[in-house]
Formats: sequence, C-alpha cells, structure tokens
Amino acid sequence: MAHVEGQQHPIGIYLKIWGLLFVLSAMSYAVDYFHFQGYLRWFLIIVFMLLKAGLIVAVFMHMMWERLALMYAILVPTLLLMVLLGIGALEADYTFLTRGVFFVRQLL
Amino acid sequence: MAQANPTNTLEPVPLPEGVQGIVSDWSSDQRAFKNVPWGKAMMWIFLLSDTFIFSSFLISYMTVRMSTTEPWPNVSEVFALTLFGRKIPLILIAIMTFVLISSSGTMAMAVKFGYEKNRRMTFILLLITAALGATFVGMQAFEWTKLIVDEGIRPWGNPLGAAQFGSSFFMITGFHGTHVSIGVIFLIIVAIKVIRGDLDHERPGFLTGRKGKYEMVEIMGLYWHFVDLVWVFIFAVFYLW
Repeated sequence: MAHVEGQQHPIGIYLKIWGLLFVLSAMSYAVDYFHFQGYLRWFLIIVFMLLKAGLIVAVFMHMMWERLALMYAILVPTLLLMVLLGIGALEADYTFLTRGVFFVRQLL
Repeated sequence: MAQANPTNTLEPVPLPEGVQGIVSDWSSDQRAFKNVPWGKAMMWIFLLSDTFIFSSFLISYMTVRMSTTEPWPNVSEVFALTLFGRKIPLILIAIMTFVLISSSGTMAMAVKFGYEKNRRMTFILLLITAALGATFVGMQAFEWTKLIVDEGIRPWGNPLGAAQFGSSFFMITGFHGTHVSIGVIFLIIVAIKVIRGDLDHERPGFLTGRKGKYEMVEIMGLYWHFVDLVWVFIFAVFYLW
C-alpha cells in the first residue's frame, strides 16, 4: 500500500494567517470600541466574521487543498441555514408585532 | 500528493479535477472522499452536524432578541472590565478571542510538525494549545461568575433588561465552553500519544484499538479549529450586536 502523507504546507502560511486573524479580530473589536452604529456596524461585523471564518476553514482546516467532492459535501449544506435564518427573522418580526399589539400598546 | 489508485496499473491514474472530479468521486467504487483518511472525512461530517446545532442556537437567539419588547442589556458594558483604573468595554471577550485564535495557530503548527514526525515540537505545540484552551475556559468561568454573582443574571431573568439575554447567553457560551473543555481533554490525550511514540509505532488506542497515525493530530486539529470557528460567530453576533 502506498503511503499517503497527509497535508504538508510551509509553516509561513500558518503564521501569516494567524497574523491576519489577529488583525481582523482587532478590527472587529475596534468596531465596538469606536461605537460604529447602524448599517456600517453590521456591514463591518459581518465582513470581518466571514473573512475570519473563511481563513480558518480554508487554511487552518486545509479545506482549500481538499478535493471538490469533500468541499461541496461539507460547505453546500450549510447554505440551508440561510432558510432557517429567514424563517427565524420572519417569525421574530411577527412575534414582535403581536406583542406590540396585545401587550405594550405604547410601543407602536 | 500521489494517491494510490486501487487498480493494479503501474502508474497511478490521476483523479479528474473540477466538476468532472465531483462526479467521478461520488460515482466511484469504495469511497467518495479521495485523498482523505476516513477518520478525517467522518470528523468533517460530525463538524457539519455540530454546525447545525450551533446555528440553531444562534438563530433562535436572533429570533428571541428580535421579538422581545424589553430593551436588550448593553453587552458592551456588561462585559467591560476595569483595568488600570479605566473601564474598557468588552475587553475580557477581546482577550478571550485572541487566546482562542492563538491556540488555533499553535494547533495548525502542531499538525504540520506531526506530519514531519517531529515528536517533540508536536508535543510542545499540542500542550501550548491545550494550555491556551484551558485559559479560555478559565476566563469564561470568571465571566460566568461575574455575571451570576455580581450582576444577578439568571437564565430566567436579569435586572438589566430582556430575560432572554440570560437564557441565550448561558445556553450558547455554555455549549461552546463544553466543546472547548472536551477539546482540551482530547488535546492532552493526543499529546501523550505523540510523546510516547504511539503514532510512530502504530500502537492501538485504549478505547477503539485503532492504530496510532499522525493523521489523528490533524483530525484533532479539525475539531479544535471548529471550536475557534464557532467562537468567531458567537463573538460577532452575540457580543458585537
């Protein structure tokens, strides 16, 4: 049986990604520290979150070096969560509305 | 990375790439996930299921937070600490984030040294990872104590605002902390296996009897990076919202 050696990459790439994750974390902390508000805050938080998540999965978890079959099998199902997210948001708006109507009339 | 193709030809047949590769991998004999040990593929599938669990928590947290008519406690202030006579918002969570990211960095390097069969470096880096993980859990215990004892926050209510804050907080961070704690235990087990030479000598494990291999370090790494990954999402949607 041939010897499968597993994933081997130079140490530099791990150190670089590590540094990048530090910078991105510091930047998302800065979003709170400097009191960014509204849509800009949301935009920055989500962008930094997705960048960090992407770097961890792609490099630290070696996903970018895997074959497409594994990549798609793991990453595509997570898109289903967008549906759950949408349902949750709709339901929350509806609940908020009915609570406003029946419990705290002054909110509306 | 030359993959041994399970045919008896002299030259291994190269696997097709791209969409063609997906089709041929999934329709092939024996296994769909080429070039990965089955333990690694199974860990990925476990992590996918865990992703759904944590996502359910985070999405239900979003739902209760959006639907509450009570004001949400100011997270930035709740998790502030007074350092050097100054109140710094969210500083404890920021430090916890850096600790966990650092542990991910050391873990990635442990995997690298593992495949190079550098026992000493792998052992040291795994222990550093475990120590950073334990630090994280310790800081979380400190945070919980502060919230429960000083601020009077309970899963069913709190003096700062919406009752849902407590239930979401304890549920989400508690589940994540449990994952970190389990990870620390397994990091120590893998570190001991590495330094004892179990992985070099393919010694069977005490529980499953599977032969020791350096891919175990990478599988351990997948789990550990996932714990860090979940924290990225918790940090963004729970602490920064």
